[in-house]
Amino acid sequence: MKTLIFKTASNYLLPLLLLFAVFILLRGHYLPGGGFVGGLIASIAFVIHSFANGLETTRKIIKFHPGFLMPVGLTIALVAGAAPWLFGMPFMTGLWMDEPIPVIGLVGSALFFDTGVFLVVIGVTLTIIFTISEGL
Amino acid sequence: MSSPFVVLPIIFQLFLAVLLMFCWTQKNLQKLISVVGSLVAVIISVVLFAAVWKEGIYTTQAGNWVAPFGITFVADTFSTLMVLLTTLAGLAVSVFSVGSVRNARIKFGYFPIYHFLLMGLNGAFLAGDIFNLYVWFEIIIISSFVLITIGGEKAQLEGAVKYVTMNLLASVVFLTAIAILYGLTGSLNMADLSLKVAEIENRGLVNVTAILFLVGFGIKSAVFPLYFWLPASYHTPPPAISAIFGGLLTKVGVYALIRVFTLIFIPDEFMINLISGMAAITILSGGIGALIQNNLRKIFSYLIICHIGFMIAGLGIYTETALIGSVFYLTHDIIVKTTLFMVAGLIFKIKGTYSLRLLGGFYKEYPKLSLLMSISLFSLVGIPPLSGFWAKLFLIEGGLSVGNYWLVGFILLGSFLTLFIIAKVWAGVFWKDSIHIPVKMQVKYFHELKPLKRQAMVGSIIFLSVLSLSIGFGAEYVIQVASKVAESLMNPQDYIHAVLGQTN
Amino acid sequence: MEILLVILIGLLYAAGIYMILRRSLVKLIIGLILLGNGANMLIFLLGKIVKGKPPIIEATGKALEGLYADPIPQALILTAIVISFGLQAFAIILVKRAYKVIKTDDLDEMNATDEDL
Repeated sequence: MKTLIFKTASNYLLPLLLLFAVFILLRGHYLPGGGFVGGLIASIAFVIHSFANGLETTRKIIKFHPGFLMPVGLTIALVAGAAPWLFGMPFMTGLWMDEPIPVIGLVGSALFFDTGVFLVVIGVTLTIIFTISEGL
Repeated sequence: MSSPFVVLPIIFQLFLAVLLMFCWTQKNLQKLISVVGSLVAVIISVVLFAAVWKEGIYTTQAGNWVAPFGITFVADTFSTLMVLLTTLAGLAVSVFSVGSVRNARIKFGYFPIYHFLLMGLNGAFLAGDIFNLYVWFEIIIISSFVLITIGGEKAQLEGAVKYVTMNLLASVVFLTAIAILYGLTGSLNMADLSLKVAEIENRGLVNVTAILFLVGFGIKSAVFPLYFWLPASYHTPPPAISAIFGGLLTKVGVYALIRVFTLIFIPDEFMINLISGMAAITILSGGIGALIQNNLRKIFSYLIICHIGFMIAGLGIYTETALIGSVFYLTHDIIVKTTLFMVAGLIFKIKGTYSLRLLGGFYKEYPKLSLLMSISLFSLVGIPPLSGFWAKLFLIEGGLSVGNYWLVGFILLGSFLTLFIIAKVWAGVFWKDSIHIPVKMQVKYFHELKPLKRQAMVGSIIFLSVLSLSIGFGAEYVIQVASKVAESLMNPQDYIHAVLGQTN
Repeated sequence: MEILLVILIGLLYAAGIYMILRRSLVKLIIGLILLGNGANMLIFLLGKIVKGKPPIIEATGKALEGLYADPIPQALILTAIVISFGLQAFAIILVKRAYKVIKTDDLDEMNATDEDL
């Protein structure tokens, strides 16, 4: 789809959607949202961009292979999940700060776990979609 | 008892997989990490097994949500035994992979996926929650999908299509069964389900759910009417991959069947007859299937089916003695089947073919290797005092004690068929005069490999053969373990108390 | 509402099984997707449907009050959807690769695995 309107719009949509994805990720603990949905929205942002500008341009923006996000995300999730072991608690127990940080709010290990999921979902989805669309 | 480190075997494999993903391009580093990591995993599972053996069942509640609301992980003797066997077979296959898997496959992430598979297996054994079990099954199948297709040869892809279809279908059946079970009881915790299912008035609906579980796990463990995907796919991937598949993947299905049918659905007479019937025909069809094959790995694939029948037969007889036999057979089969597929792989690397028609003269050319291979072949037949013998003894004793004579007859027939098939393999591969086999260009032969790779392949076979010998000669200890497992399977109160006891 | 869902689930299962029994690879995948959706709907139905009461705690409260939808089936379905997302993506790529290598999408012609090697 090489229309001018779509191409121009996609350049503005990419940062907007990425911002929205982070918003969904941060909102996720008590309200609908979270790492998985956020990750999907972020990867859709890149997919729209690749539809408008071609796969190669999107690859250049991302700079590294999206598959690399998988181990990074898994590491973050693994550390967040195993952190309670240090306190003698079972795997994946939620650890929370006593005092909320200004602006961001109360931060717990669940946020880091969700961030890990967020990165893994982006990595997996983009790898899948890039692989499928490569041969087309 | 509660200990947060029950999940360590799972988390450690995940850690290894992530570490390996970071070294995506350094293939030698990957091999080193995989072997050393598998060794550490063995130590972890030995420690866990010793702790459970001494102090009883360990549990942990993920996220610290009390059972039955949270996700429970339970380490009882049965699950830790399975984890121990998984890591032992995993170590051997990891070493074997160093020697036999080609660099092109390692570049596509063979080792990370392999450790994801081991993570799924450990998770399935330790799960105390039926939906969690489903999730681990999915992790197992998706990693096995990647492993079976990696390399992308024609036969591999065709086998994969069949394998993927049947496994996805099994997952859907399993999920349907979970949905109905949740609708009936409102619970997913296996210990809690055990109490709640027993109270349901509508036994018809319970039996329907039980049969859905039987079909779902039956496809995965390849019992009689549902096994056709197995001989169509297990002989297609590289030897290391078919070794881990043949050794462990179907056994998870058997583990799940034994667990579900001793804990949640206590079989009534109808179910017992159904399961024994399935076991008998599985033994028969697997044995007869193996008789007519000429491809070494296809013969072993059919033998897997035949011997799955033995394990299911223990469940069909449903006495403590028979379950000792099943657990013992499971122990022996995981080690021996893994070895057998490695042996087949080694024969292929040396001779360049799997066909019984072309092979021959192996004993004359490689007498020491042949003796090594004979250990696993004859363990499988169950010549006393090798490991296969003791398990069958218990199965037959259990069958006779409840007067299930025809099933005992099928077990004996199955042993006889196995003996005949192994004799045929022995005569065809080792004793028959060798004929000239044309050299294939695309095969990298054994003598072309580096000495380290050769030692890795032979060394892993020696390791597992010694293990299977020690199962046979140290049968006393294995029987102790198996009888403790069987006793706790027949009396699940301890299990239920260990999971739910903390709330009361 | 329930009866409509029951009919829908039955249709999804029937259509899924019918499509699996076809010989084309693409239809096979479609069948598996339909079956998966049917199983998800079944979990949704059997978790008892409660209308208009999502299990979300109010900003002022500490716990759920009154009648509310059971959150567990929703969590199960979400998990199942995520899993089937991965599996189906894999299956589609597998079919694509298989079509390229074997050059047919007729399951009856895929018998290289039965060859006596």
